[in-house]
Amino acid sequence: MTDFRPSDEKQIAEIVAAAAAQKQSLEIVAGGSKRGYGRPVKADHLLDLSRIAGIVNYEAAELILTARPGTSLAAVKAELAAKGQMLAFEPPGWQSLFETNAEPTLGGVLACNIGGPRRARAGAPRDFFLGFSAVNGRGEIWKGGGKVVKNVTGFDVSKLLAGSFGTLSVLTEITLKVMPRPESQCTILLPALADEIAVATMAKALNTPFEVSGVAHLPAEAARRSSVAAVAQGRCAVTALRIEGPAPSVAFRAEALEELFGRGERLDNAASTQFWEEVGEARSLLPDGARVMWRLCPTPSRAAVAASAIKARLPAAETLFDWGGGLVWLSLDAAEAGADAGAAIVRGAMKSCGGHATLIVAPAATRERIAVFEPAPGPLAALKARVKAGFDPLGVFNPGRMQEGL
Amino acid sequence: MIRMPEPDSGLLARREEIVAALARIVPGEGVIASERERRAFECDALTAYHQLPMAVVLPDNTQQIVEILRYCKANRIKVVPRGAGTSLSGGSLPLADGIILGLGKFNRILEIDVANRCAVVQPGVTNLGITHAVQAHGLYYAPDPSSQIACSIGGNVAENAGGVHCLKYGLTTNNVIGVEFVTMDGEIIRLGGKHFDAGDYDLLGVMVGSEGLLGVVTEVTVRVLPSPPGARALLIGFPSIEGAGDCVASVIGSGIIPGGMEIMDKLAIEAAEAFVHANYPLDAAALLIVELDGCAAEVDHLIAAVESIAMEHGATSCRASRSEEERLLFWAGRKAAFPAVGRISPDYYCMDGTIPRKEIGRVLSRLKEMERRYGLRCANVFHAGDGNLHPLILYDANKPGELQRAEDFGADILRLCVEVGGVLTGEHGVGVEKRDLMEAMFNETDLDQQQRLKCAFDDESLLNPGKVFPQLCRCAELGRMHVRAGQLRFPDLPRF
Repeated sequence: MTDFRPSDEKQIAEIVAAAAAQKQSLEIVAGGSKRGYGRPVKADHLLDLSRIAGIVNYEAAELILTARPGTSLAAVKAELAAKGQMLAFEPPGWQSLFETNAEPTLGGVLACNIGGPRRARAGAPRDFFLGFSAVNGRGEIWKGGGKVVKNVTGFDVSKLLAGSFGTLSVLTEITLKVMPRPESQCTILLPALADEIAVATMAKALNTPFEVSGVAHLPAEAARRSSVAAVAQGRCAVTALRIEGPAPSVAFRAEALEELFGRGERLDNAASTQFWEEVGEARSLLPDGARVMWRLCPTPSRAAVAASAIKARLPAAETLFDWGGGLVWLSLDAAEAGADAGAAIVRGAMKSCGGHATLIVAPAATRERIAVFEPAPGPLAALKARVKAGFDPLGVFNPGRMQEGL
Repeated sequence: MIRMPEPDSGLLARREEIVAALARIVPGEGVIASERERRAFECDALTAYHQLPMAVVLPDNTQQIVEILRYCKANRIKVVPRGAGTSLSGGSLPLADGIILGLGKFNRILEIDVANRCAVVQPGVTNLGITHAVQAHGLYYAPDPSSQIACSIGGNVAENAGGVHCLKYGLTTNNVIGVEFVTMDGEIIRLGGKHFDAGDYDLLGVMVGSEGLLGVVTEVTVRVLPSPPGARALLIGFPSIEGAGDCVASVIGSGIIPGGMEIMDKLAIEAAEAFVHANYPLDAAALLIVELDGCAAEVDHLIAAVESIAMEHGATSCRASRSEEERLLFWAGRKAAFPAVGRISPDYYCMDGTIPRKEIGRVLSRLKEMERRYGLRCANVFHAGDGNLHPLILYDANKPGELQRAEDFGADILRLCVEVGGVLTGEHGVGVEKRDLMEAMFNETDLDQQQRLKCAFDDESLLNPGKVFPQLCRCAELGRMHVRAGQLRFPDLPRF
């Protein structure tokens, strides 16, 4: 086992070519904060991208940022904030979720396609991923996409690399579309809605023309854990609607939403920022102790149905709804969930709800034994295997990360 | 002119047999064989290129598509999928030894799901048809290519179509959340749905914009959005294109993302004004249209902000729409720019490169040089927010050599786009038109890697061959690993 810490793309290509020639495999990490996400990788060597770091080019007026994968997410956010801009997909760091002090990086966020609360309105990392340079499993340097915000030249391979967990190519440079940071925000809290009412209310809010940019529902237990006093103190469920934009517009839309949904407590800029960060990170709103955690992406209107079907079988389950129900965080008591971490019950409940379920936090042995990502039906699974072979024919990258053999 | 692959004479000789076999799969009037009727399919909106297909098949259900593709695969018959035929890059240009697979009969809206803000539609539904179907719920489908009245959502998926509202609302790829498609092997595959994110490899992301090379889309789930409560537009005149470009940069730099932001140059302004009388400022060298949408409080606030930015950049005139009629009039000239240019020239050739916006001055002055060099005029309209240029090259196809000169001029423009850091196509697709320019932007390794993706979906390269890639794909060769067992190039793994 060797730790490779290349300092440029050419060295990465040499390492990969050499590994391929010797039929050896590589685990790819940048900061290492997402190593617990997916199945445990059993690779011959570590390919550490922490030295492939730094912002290469940032042009605020062009809405373009080019950076290397090892650049810390914090550094990217700070650079953008200095020019009044942001990553619109609001990526969380998830250090608390994975119980790590490792630094979240831009490469990790893209490779895992992690979007935060604004994802429901603005899109996921894949929607802002314009182009890249990378090394494929043959040790060849190749590029895809472009460095302008609008481009349809060739296949949109950026979309495929986002969320491929480093199993198709090693990203060496990333170009993203960035967006202006809204000048102000406000969150309206609606108290004490039952889950199914809350899901319907969130859908209604997203259907208003008031550009709601955050829609989450915290059942009473989750709300009580919030660090934001106004959320925790009601000791009841809280449904939160966020609006962002120029101050006069935010004031107008807040009024309009309250007219529709009733007057609630309002969170101003600072409290609102703190609250949505907490929702994106999720961990602190869910119970401590021996737990396993799932991330469900059902058809949004079916979120409460999925959650209650699971709770009926696993009474110690707790949930947190984001993306208007499009994302359900599910925390299960490890003992109650049993040897399969609740997979049979969770995936069974999801069958009638569309979408997919990912086992996100569980002991490594569990993640190795059961499917972490949603299993695909036969023809699709075969297609995916052919896609993988097209990029990494010898299986050099992150073997087993997404499923056995991939 | 771009050359298409040599037709297979063996297949051409079997034409009658093939037509009969297809007619067994799609009975009735679903197979078009007569030359007169095939003529209607010989080209799309890139009219300089035309080719009669061997046959046209118009299935009306997915099972027929499965059987057609299985038959074609077994007989190695090439398949060119076609939606409404509005591609500007020749995406559905037929092949002499291939069939056209037309999706026109797939024209139903299958479901409108208001709670999940999506609609499930068949690929032959028009872009605007989706908005019409959902607008009673206060919703609309955001991508709005200028052909939206005619173009189909299936074609939009194939080309990753854009429009004037892309900067704020995204392209097709950002607004399509699910597809069902049939592979060349006849397998039905569903990707995405009403939920968020792929949860696995994002194959939906590569299906969108794959120009009919990966599969035949049979169902599309689109995100629909609440219609903005209102919109106002600004019509701003500038003494130079650079001034207009700088103004755009400042608007975005100040944190404003308008719903639409378009620039027209003098020739385009004059042509549009003569055509629709939108009261455009004829003394301006460049016209900037900025549209702000949202609630009234936001729109009025931003209109004032953009007005003051425009004045700081030396605008010579600036008018804000006071009514919906006036807003539509501001747009009428821009939306009619192509036909307006069509009135002042027998033919025009519409280009579609994207550049970093800061390069606009340099690019337009190079365009002026090219106009002199090629002896052809060029009118410019462009989606200023995202740097997507649409130079319209004026020519006369009846004059010997002018089409060739227009094409050469266009190719030079696109090479220039790449040279300044941009790309060959912002929204029209590569198709046939820009196929041979791909090497200006991508090297052989880049293109080989993209073709390996193609091979995973279509290993014999039967779906829409001759488009997008300058070299026909040879999957067996691309799949080979050049590792010489026993004599390793690297005796040991390097360490850094």
